[in-house]
Amino acid sequence: MNKEEIIEALKTIVQPYSEESTALTQIDENTDFINDLKINSANLVDIVLDIEEKFNIEIDNDSMAKMLNVKATTEIIAQKLEAHAG
Amino acid sequence: MNNRVVITGLGVCSPNGVTLAEFSDTIKKGLSGVSHQPDLEALNFSCQIAGKPVLSDERINEYFTPLELRNLNSTGIIYGVIAGLDAWKDAGLNIENNDEPDWDSGTIFGTGTSGIDKFRWAINKIDALEIKKLGSSVVIQTMASGVSAFISGKLGLGNQVSTNSSACATGVESILLAYERIKTGQATRMLAGSTSDSGPYIWGGFDAMKVCTFKHNHEPEKGSRPMSATASGFVPGSGAGALVLESLESAMARKARIYGEVLGGHINSGGQRGLGTMTAPNPIAVQRCIKAALQNAGIEAHEIDVINGHLTATTKDALEIENWKTALQLPTDDFPYINSLKSMIGHCIAASGSIECVASILELSEGFIFPNINCEDLNPEITALIDAKCIPQTVIHQPFNILAKASFGFGDINACIIFKKYTHE
Repeated sequence: MNKEEIIEALKTIVQPYSEESTALTQIDENTDFINDLKINSANLVDIVLDIEEKFNIEIDNDSMAKMLNVKATTEIIAQKLEAHAG
Repeated sequence: MNNRVVITGLGVCSPNGVTLAEFSDTIKKGLSGVSHQPDLEALNFSCQIAGKPVLSDERINEYFTPLELRNLNSTGIIYGVIAGLDAWKDAGLNIENNDEPDWDSGTIFGTGTSGIDKFRWAINKIDALEIKKLGSSVVIQTMASGVSAFISGKLGLGNQVSTNSSACATGVESILLAYERIKTGQATRMLAGSTSDSGPYIWGGFDAMKVCTFKHNHEPEKGSRPMSATASGFVPGSGAGALVLESLESAMARKARIYGEVLGGHINSGGQRGLGTMTAPNPIAVQRCIKAALQNAGIEAHEIDVINGHLTATTKDALEIENWKTALQLPTDDFPYINSLKSMIGHCIAASGSIECVASILELSEGFIFPNINCEDLNPEITALIDAKCIPQTVIHQPFNILAKASFGFGDINACIIFKKYTHE
């Protein structure tokens, strides 16, 4: 799965957590979950759970702490997918 | 500050009606909301009947966002939010998405326990070594104050937001706490009420204590029998009731409809001394509570027209009547009318007091006295104390002025509140 595909999947995952309809349509690598999408920080753990389920990966606490924006999240997902495949 | 406090909004989520209009209709007709519960039967409960509000998914969806609904597993929060928001709208108040909270409005919304099904789910996950899978929705649904927190967020309340808990006295206590806050000028408007979860995990403890009836599993609607000679224990129930309390000044300024006035009340405990125990009331305390409520409200016993009792359908019903009689010192043939909503909906535990107060306020404002059902065979111990005509078995349409409502709870605690019809001056 390439970066663009991961971002597409992420869009669907974060959609229910944000009421920022304009920002949601403009999601790209530079989107920040809290500043741009105004996602309640308490919901970040729910997004991680949804990501684990969607990509069939496990995300450790250290990685989770970094998943505050699309760029870092995409990188972590890609890494885990690679490790998984390997 | 000594503000007069009036009721301007009502909301209810009851086993026999989940809108105010439906509830008002069913209580006049004496329609039972008690039904057979297949889950209780499957789990070998002695009592397999209960009172449970019937809500469609469409109705629930009107009150919660899709995100909230994703992991919502707390019936008490669902009932409380529906009753609370309905009361707010009934009071003619808007639900706005302001930037600034409403600093003058708050809520005291009580419960016994919150989200017991959610708690069970979380405990099972933890024990299965899946702690991480709990996500963010467990705390907000299992903290006792979950219901007041949900309501406050939806209404943008900026005054006191709290959840009280005093067993079966919770509902009446919530109204008295809200009343005090407005009376003393610390808030202009308070949403008062209480809620109680449904299901085997909330009712199981009572079933095991053998305080629920096991004799009417084949005839659910006849199971809840307060004041009957064949009363054999209470029928568990669930739901929520909510009342918007407001200073008279505020209600008049915005030309709100006024359902009635809270004149006062009292809350006390028997201290589990004398005849009082964890589960049995100290009669001296019950009588003191009633007398103190009258004194606080500034009325005399003979002014009471209707009593809405606690009357659960256990062997304690006759003792309760005796306590009312001793406290009020009124003659057998000139006793107020007395009724128990539990005959129709069972005992809604922490929600009982608030749902019963919603019924009481409807009676006062519309001028009727709802019938007691399932007491064709009145308990002779009760008819020895008060005339049978004081216990209506068909609806009475008659305007009246003053209603006394009491609730008593485990822990030997009591709450009594006095409501008066509001006559527009």
